[in-house]
Amino acid sequence: MNFLDQIWLIPLFPLLGAAIMFFIGRKLDPQPVSDVAIAPGVEPVYEHGHAHDHGHTPHHEHHHDDHGHGHHSSPLKKLIDIICPGMVLLSFIFSVGAVWQLAQSTPRLHQVIQFTWIAGLPFHMANGHLATFQADWGFLLDPLSSVMILIVTGVGFLIHVYSIGYMAHDNGYYRFFGYLNLFVFFMLMLVLANNYILLFVGWEGVGLCSYLLIGFYIHKKSAGDAGKKAFVVNRVGDAGFVLGMLLMLSVLGTVRFTDVNALLRSGNFAPEIHGFGVLSAISVLMFFGATGKSAQIPLYVWLPDAMEGPTPVSALIHAATMVTAGVYMVARSAALFQLTPSTSTVVAAVGAFTAILAATIALVQNDIKRVLAYSTVSQLGYMFLALGVGAYWVAIFHLFTHAFFKALLFLCSGSVIHAMSGEQDMRHMGGLKDKIPITHWTMFVGSVAIAGIPGLAGFFSKDEILWQAYSSPLGSKFLYMIGLVTAGLTAFYMWRMMNMTFYGKSRVKAEVAAHIHESPPSMTVPLSLLAVGSIVAGWLGVPKVWTLFGESWRGFEHWLAPSFASAAVEAAKEGAHDASVEWALMGASVAIAIIGIVIARYFYHQKPEIPDSIEKAVKPLYALCYNKWYVDEMYDFLFVNGLCKGGGEVLGAFDRNVVDGGVNGAGWLTRFSSQVSMWWDTWVVDGLVRFTGFFVKMMSYPACILQSGRVQTYAFFVVAGVLLMFGYYVIR
Amino acid sequence: MHPVTEVHYLALSAALLLIGTIGVLTRRNIVIILMSIELILNAVNINLIAFSHAWGQTQGQIFAIFVIVDAVAEAAVGLGILIALFRNKETVLADEIDLLKW
Repeated sequence: MNFLDQIWLIPLFPLLGAAIMFFIGRKLDPQPVSDVAIAPGVEPVYEHGHAHDHGHTPHHEHHHDDHGHGHHSSPLKKLIDIICPGMVLLSFIFSVGAVWQLAQSTPRLHQVIQFTWIAGLPFHMANGHLATFQADWGFLLDPLSSVMILIVTGVGFLIHVYSIGYMAHDNGYYRFFGYLNLFVFFMLMLVLANNYILLFVGWEGVGLCSYLLIGFYIHKKSAGDAGKKAFVVNRVGDAGFVLGMLLMLSVLGTVRFTDVNALLRSGNFAPEIHGFGVLSAISVLMFFGATGKSAQIPLYVWLPDAMEGPTPVSALIHAATMVTAGVYMVARSAALFQLTPSTSTVVAAVGAFTAILAATIALVQNDIKRVLAYSTVSQLGYMFLALGVGAYWVAIFHLFTHAFFKALLFLCSGSVIHAMSGEQDMRHMGGLKDKIPITHWTMFVGSVAIAGIPGLAGFFSKDEILWQAYSSPLGSKFLYMIGLVTAGLTAFYMWRMMNMTFYGKSRVKAEVAAHIHESPPSMTVPLSLLAVGSIVAGWLGVPKVWTLFGESWRGFEHWLAPSFASAAVEAAKEGAHDASVEWALMGASVAIAIIGIVIARYFYHQKPEIPDSIEKAVKPLYALCYNKWYVDEMYDFLFVNGLCKGGGEVLGAFDRNVVDGGVNGAGWLTRFSSQVSMWWDTWVVDGLVRFTGFFVKMMSYPACILQSGRVQTYAFFVVAGVLLMFGYYVIR
Repeated sequence: MHPVTEVHYLALSAALLLIGTIGVLTRRNIVIILMSIELILNAVNINLIAFSHAWGQTQGQIFAIFVIVDAVAEAAVGLGILIALFRNKETVLADEIDLLKW
């Protein structure tokens, strides 16, 4: 079977699953969607609190003791368990097939254009030439997108399987899986698109699905608010992306990746008019779009709030797939960013700053999911740091390894929350190691991986990023130092989380403690698989200085090289590796990771009183980190209150004074002119009429006197007349 | 004894006309005015008869009969109007009735 020509089927499967859920899902799982119908006072059954901060009520117990009972027993509901993960599995199989065949073919690039979506729209480009705007419904499979589809479908499938167990007691089961499938569909469209317009379709689609999934617990106001926040913040970034896309269209006349890359690399796109400034503008605008999707400064604020969604959603959207869209898009536009070193510097600086800022916030969070959320933001910062220093393959490599260990960590935290009957506050955990052993060991692997201990996935990619930040022509020692400090912070906060959750004395509340239990196999099996992935994924990109391993251990870089053609050239230039320096840097990052772990162990396991005393000693700094550097409050002040409300007031004043003023003025003018007109009517027009009447009356007055109405007077006139006539004849 | 000539008739006729005219113009009671109009008409009749006799022709006498008939009709209509008027205005005095004013 030729999988390469059938890549259109890859996104189609999840879409089919979503369509089935949309049309007949309700029949398969006839549970009410919300608690509207449930009488107040009665706790809704599904509210066993996966997403509750501190909510745990006694009724949770029986739902956790009786797995396989309750409304999970519906036989039709099993169909959902088969259809939705099955569709993603099919996609994964087709993806593997397509990637396998891509590896056999030369060149490693396969473009399938199914049909023309927007056909030949002629327009004038910025340089005055006539161009035709065309957008295809086409798919591009190259090394970059092949990595992405494997991550999306592979990790996505495991998360689907995990959700079967995790969401078993929640209402709206079919809705959840429909959204998940729709999300996978849009993500696949995003990474398989062969032009920016179609990429934008997927881009917006994942935004929509993230909104739907974050706000999945529709009866919770905080969840709805978080969904809206994610949606709105993403729109801000999207505005930048659209502008960048349109500018690119007007400068290059095409949005198809292959054409854009060819044009940019040939330099044959009329720079005589625009110079390279316009390219910087395009890349900055696109990067702004990426900051929205990939949660970078200044638009990262939505991601931590997005933890309101169910935990599998956090794993799928906020670790493995959606947030990588920005990284993917920048990597996809590598040819553009290579031409604009100034933008690359911005990218690297934003990435590094985001990494360390998010890491400092993660240090002091008490909610287990929020630690992971800020960790995600921080790791995405690493990816952008790599993109900014021109090490595109390293960014994708980190994206790849991060997808494994961060999905693993999120799903483990979900398993912990599941075991704790909805408790998310780490201050009420501790000593869970032996009670939920599988979760503990898999999370242990994930934490080691993200901390950067050699041998596990995170080490390879993070170390490569640090080395590139240090050695690349675009990098600097400053960026490297930030990355190194962040690595130490990462190790510290991850092991703070591990210690608070699994080790030491139990601080679990009594009524919760009795019901702690390991998760069902549908959850632990994906955890185990992801843990294996977190260990082995890094071995695709072994550092160059590990000369013990041959070039075949560096397959990831070679695989991606065709996608970043000139990036490889760049890499070759700085190929003169200073092996001793790289060894030293590697030693430093491992050392700082171990120091971070040891300190965390010491603080939160051996001497739990130390953190409190430190907290008291540096109260303002602690408050700053704990309150997330007050960024939300600042945005509230600047944009929500300042720009929106203030702007609303200004607009209101404008409305009242200028618009209403104009209307009122026009009204006054009309009244005034009608007054004048009335005066003219009364005194001039009416006056003339009245005067005419009066004049006639005056003139006719003598005649009127004659008409006395008395018959005899008339008779007198007759007689007088007769006499006069006779008199006349007589006298004549 | 002087014979009665046309001049006498004419004098009588002129006297009647004068009396009738003065009556029409001066009396206030409409009944009297109507009677005065009869005097005027009869003055005309006398004239017609006198000249008819003088010239030996009968047309004058026939015409006089028409005038008498006409006078009767006129009196009937006049009195009818007067009665209707009296019903509305409660008066028969001509100077109190000025409905024909402008």
